[in-house]
Amino acid sequence: MKQSANTRAKLRAHRPSATQSIQKNGEIGSAYPQTFWGKIQFHFKRYWQLWIMVLPALCFVALFSYVPMYGLQLAFRDFDPDKGLTGGAWVGFNYFNQFFHDPEFAQILLNTFRISLWSLVMGFIFPIILALLINQIGSEKVKRFVETITYMPHFISTVVMVSMLNIFLTPKTGLLGQFFGNQNLLGVAKAFTPLYWITEVWQHCGWNCIIYLAALSSVDTELYEAAKIDGANRLQLIRHIDIPAIMPTCVILLVLNMGHVLGVGFEKVYLMQNALNQPMSEVISTYTYKMGLLSFQFSYSTAIGLFNTVINFVFLVVANALSKKLSDTSIF
Amino acid sequence: MSQVTAAKTDASIPWNKHVHQHRKPSDWVIDIAIAVILVLVVFIVIYPIWFIIIASFSDQSAVSAGQVRVIPHGFNVYGYKTMLTDSRIWSGYKNTIIYSILGTLLNLAVTMPAAFALSRKEFKPRRILMLIFTITMFFSGGMIPSYLLMKQLGLLNSMWVFILPGAVSVWNLIIARSFFETSIPEDLHDAAQIDGLSYFGYFFKVVLPLSAAILAVIGLYYFVGHWNDYFTGLIYVNDQSKLPLQNVLQQILLANQTQQMGHDSALIGLEAQRFADQIKYGVIIVATLPLLIIYPFLQKYFEKGVMVGAVKG
Repeated sequence: MKQSANTRAKLRAHRPSATQSIQKNGEIGSAYPQTFWGKIQFHFKRYWQLWIMVLPALCFVALFSYVPMYGLQLAFRDFDPDKGLTGGAWVGFNYFNQFFHDPEFAQILLNTFRISLWSLVMGFIFPIILALLINQIGSEKVKRFVETITYMPHFISTVVMVSMLNIFLTPKTGLLGQFFGNQNLLGVAKAFTPLYWITEVWQHCGWNCIIYLAALSSVDTELYEAAKIDGANRLQLIRHIDIPAIMPTCVILLVLNMGHVLGVGFEKVYLMQNALNQPMSEVISTYTYKMGLLSFQFSYSTAIGLFNTVINFVFLVVANALSKKLSDTSIF
Repeated sequence: MSQVTAAKTDASIPWNKHVHQHRKPSDWVIDIAIAVILVLVVFIVIYPIWFIIIASFSDQSAVSAGQVRVIPHGFNVYGYKTMLTDSRIWSGYKNTIIYSILGTLLNLAVTMPAAFALSRKEFKPRRILMLIFTITMFFSGGMIPSYLLMKQLGLLNSMWVFILPGAVSVWNLIIARSFFETSIPEDLHDAAQIDGLSYFGYFFKVVLPLSAAILAVIGLYYFVGHWNDYFTGLIYVNDQSKLPLQNVLQQILLANQTQQMGHDSALIGLEAQRFADQIKYGVIIVATLPLLIIYPFLQKYFEKGVMVGAVKG
């Protein structure tokens, strides 16, 4: 902050020239152009450096996000190897119809919803509980220790996570596998969803609770004092002070997560998948991959992907509208 | 600081600071319950990781017999020694380090200036620009159009596919922008203008030196993203010499187990299965270690980074 004091001193010393320079630049002065082109020229003359700073990011997003979006028309066209992204003949909603009539359609949609809703709900509840618990720790050192430990699994990659799961679930000898006899849980279709969300919670619960801890640390301690004097016990403090304090954060995160309701992570499902659990583990993203890059049905796969994105977006908008109505919190 | 150390005894008196305060029996019960739950949580989180570590140093027959619980049993480094003779590990490691470092540098070089420009309130087009960025968080072309694009750009089987497409993460862009908006005093900009600094000068000479925390956080987010990236290698690359560590790990750790990939690994094929397990433990440790080592040093910044990101949601 020493620097800012310095600069402030400079500011004071140069006060007259400051006004001059602002007037010269035209913010207040009469030099501000009136014509449209004049305004544009003025804007670029003044902000060209900011444009240059934002331009690289803009180019990358345009190329790697918007060009593929342009390529979504492939979902409505036949794929033509010569034309690539833009596709061949227009076929309308054919590929969507094909997906809706796919014998696996219902199962895949159901699986996607089941897996993502479970992980969404559990992945939402557990971090909140953990944050409330960690917030109860009195000693800063213990608190930091618990935080450090619980954040750690977040850095483990999906491949390693799934490998650990495989190792632990090895029948008879594995750390967990020994409790399930000869059965490998990864080969049990019904166990897929629980395995998925439990490992998800194990890995990310600590990390996701940071945001709540930050919200909790900004609670005015006088509130606790006042409540204690009114005879509130620990649970009442949590119930009436802590929980309302993190409520806005909870709502925003819930809305954001709703935008991914069908966006269940491809990598993890794909890596956990095997022939035995496939009936319960085939989700839209893995199916898109198999149809597209393994069976080369490019247009069909694009249509499935687009369907997925649209549903996600609908969920996001609905969740956002609901939260706006119910709690005055929204992301847009 | 939010710790509640004392609660009032008599709830019938609305407030009286002079009443002797001590914990109610119910508070003791809650305290103990919270402590027990937290100990359990810490155990559940840390034990699987600890188990992998000790198992990697142990005699595998002891591991299968359930004798390895707290400390290594039959100490040896066979798994590590064997693993290091596998060329895939080396090339994967080398690739991942190159991709992660180059990728993170590009990420920061692109994200930071853009975030700064978008944080300037007098820069009117920033709202529409922000919208253009935000849309990509919720809409994407999906797998196939992206794949076709990479193909047309000639990025398939190239190292650049790991570096260029993910150059901007909009989430990190928002975090950095919120940081510039909230943590850099506007006075500084006024002063810089008076000193005749252009936006470039202000950004490089004033803002960046004050942004170490956010650079560390965003840099780490990007780095972890590159280090753990498995998807890119799976979709866009099939040249073994270009595959990063995660894809090599998948071959060693998973494909061998499910026999889906039908690849043959001389290393694992020649050794007894119990040694294969020890190699796996070692591989897991070696692959995860770098991140687990750097992260405690940067931990103090996390809360800040996440918090700043939360401001804008």
